[in-house]
Amino acid sequence: MYRYDDYDQQIVRERVDQFRDQVRRRLGGELTEDEFRPLRLQNGLYLQRHAYMLRVAIPYGLLSSDQVRKLAHIAREYDRGYGHITTRQNIQYNWPELARVPDLLDELADVEMHAIQTSGNCIRNITADPLAGVAPDEIEDPRPYCEIMRQWSTFHPEFAYLPRKFKVAFTGAENDRAAVAYHDIGVRLVRNDAGEVGCRILVGGGLGRTPIIGEVIQEWLPKRDLLSYCEAIVRVYNLHGDRKNKYRARIKILVKQLGIDAFRAQVDEEWARIRDTGLALTDAEIERVAAYFTPPAWRPEAEVDDGRTAERAAQDPAFERWLRRNTMKHRAPGYRVVMLSLKSKHRPPGDVTDAQLDGIADMADRWSLGRIRTTHDQNMVLTDVAENDLFALWQQAAELQVATPNIGTLTDLICCPGLDFCALANAGSIGIAKQVTERFDDLDYLYDLGDLKLKMSGCINACGHHHVGHIGILGINKNDAEYYQIMLGGSEADDASLGKWLGPAIPKADLVDAVSRLVSHYLAVRDSDSERFLDTYRRVGPKPFKEAVYV
Amino acid sequence: MSEQVIRNGAPVADSWVVVDEGALPAGDVLVPAARWLEERDTLAARPGRVGVVLTGDDDPADLAADLASIPVIALAFPKFADGRCYSHARVLREHLGYTGELRAIGEILRDQAFYLHRCGIDTFVLREDQDAASFVKGLEDFSVKYQPAADEAQPLWRRVRR
Repeated sequence: MYRYDDYDQQIVRERVDQFRDQVRRRLGGELTEDEFRPLRLQNGLYLQRHAYMLRVAIPYGLLSSDQVRKLAHIAREYDRGYGHITTRQNIQYNWPELARVPDLLDELADVEMHAIQTSGNCIRNITADPLAGVAPDEIEDPRPYCEIMRQWSTFHPEFAYLPRKFKVAFTGAENDRAAVAYHDIGVRLVRNDAGEVGCRILVGGGLGRTPIIGEVIQEWLPKRDLLSYCEAIVRVYNLHGDRKNKYRARIKILVKQLGIDAFRAQVDEEWARIRDTGLALTDAEIERVAAYFTPPAWRPEAEVDDGRTAERAAQDPAFERWLRRNTMKHRAPGYRVVMLSLKSKHRPPGDVTDAQLDGIADMADRWSLGRIRTTHDQNMVLTDVAENDLFALWQQAAELQVATPNIGTLTDLICCPGLDFCALANAGSIGIAKQVTERFDDLDYLYDLGDLKLKMSGCINACGHHHVGHIGILGINKNDAEYYQIMLGGSEADDASLGKWLGPAIPKADLVDAVSRLVSHYLAVRDSDSERFLDTYRRVGPKPFKEAVYV
Repeated sequence: MSEQVIRNGAPVADSWVVVDEGALPAGDVLVPAARWLEERDTLAARPGRVGVVLTGDDDPADLAADLASIPVIALAFPKFADGRCYSHARVLREHLGYTGELRAIGEILRDQAFYLHRCGIDTFVLREDQDAASFVKGLEDFSVKYQPAADEAQPLWRRVRR
């Protein structure tokens, strides 16, 4: 993974000093809350319903075991013993005390971490395919480009006060696991007709109040032009994005208003001026950064199957279920990717305790080359586990309560923090998540339902991405009571689509029953066990589902 | 309210007055871009120098042909969150080759000093109640600059051995 050099370390330390001074001025009354707000927001510090929340950047979702131990330490010493993995692969702490945040940031800097640009109207932390570098369907590892863009966007002097936030995601794989079509800029590494790898650039995707699928602005851009092209996009946006209405301020609205062709023409005009400046990447620089991401030393002896895993799987159905559901194919022979589920009946989706983080760091050191990833689905991953070690790892993961064998199923759901933390929410998403998890605790039934994505937001700002759930749920406030609207048919994968509302909002007490009726209707009408919920919905349309829900 | 002006990192006496409309006083004046474009010939004939105020809505390219004769361009920041003039500053310096004074007026805060300066702004007009010494310190909040901007044509990786 990327390691800081003296320059990277220096800039992060200087950031801590700067923020320490800002906090000092705020606590001393030199800065009003209004003046302090934009400053703390550039550093991931939000004021929530009860307290400050700090969002710590996890660039492209990659962590070392030392970093994970530090995150555990911070949860213990500065918070209430847990953190929360976000849909953008970051980690949030819900209870830090303002006066201690500078010390917290200093501790993060000790392990090459920070909270820079995790909020505010700037270029945010960049996300990527959580299986980058190990996925069998990968064309090229996107992480070197993420790191190059991380550095370019860090304290970019021109783009700290954009009309609105700006999110970038990368994938180098054939199957999109980074939802690139729902980002302000999405980058896919693809081959052109000559077999050369370049960047397909999508622009203007996003969820929120106005969900839009991004459009292709460049089919194939040479890698050398990645930074100059992105700088041209962001400059056009900075100058022409809507600054009067924050709900129309994202780049997606500008792209829609102009149309992709007119927008591209403006970008191209600007790009022509800066294409051959210092922004142009060289092969040497790409190779320098890529050298940090060379494939690890996978052990050749791992290729020899000692038979233990198959033997244990035959004896132990719980292990067999976990193996089938929570591990994935790795590109190296003898290895598997292991998903650690942060969706259990024990705690809210995405939450992880200090003890779990310490345990996960130990597991990574013992079995997965000391590296851990976070995912867009709010889980964690050990990417390089020898198949022969899977049983031992599973026992440890089960003890840590991160082995619920539900990856990709209905209970591997995404939800926003909702009323429990967020000042904007109408609905207690976490409570609903708990009800769903309890209702669908029968694994055989869950597996019968197959791959199913449930995504839930507590308000129209859509932090729980309800528009792209196979089943989407939105909390609304109706006569001061919690109500929920259901939408069906969304997807954030390669078959990207936005869900459609099914019918009137449902009172909280009836919601989980409605979800039950929805999925049992699916079982009744699917044409085979292999037809996913989403495919059935696309085939039969909303009407029968509507009839099933609104009996 | 009287103002404080910082140029090249130090407080200086300043003679420029912003005049939106109406009769111009004697001395150095800054007028809106639209007025300058309309009246540039008569403005050039008056005693005292004339500079231009650019807002986020204006296009710096409108001034392209006359930049050599404009001693000062003031970039207006009506709210600190309106970041359009950061782009204007870079366009003026890097695309249009403007070498005169670029000053920031309006709501500019200490914590933006580093960014403003990197985009090519050399002069800052502060309110009387702002701490000028603190602002000057803010110009050097960071010693590392990853990306090119008006102050640095090359990214870090082209400048140093990494």
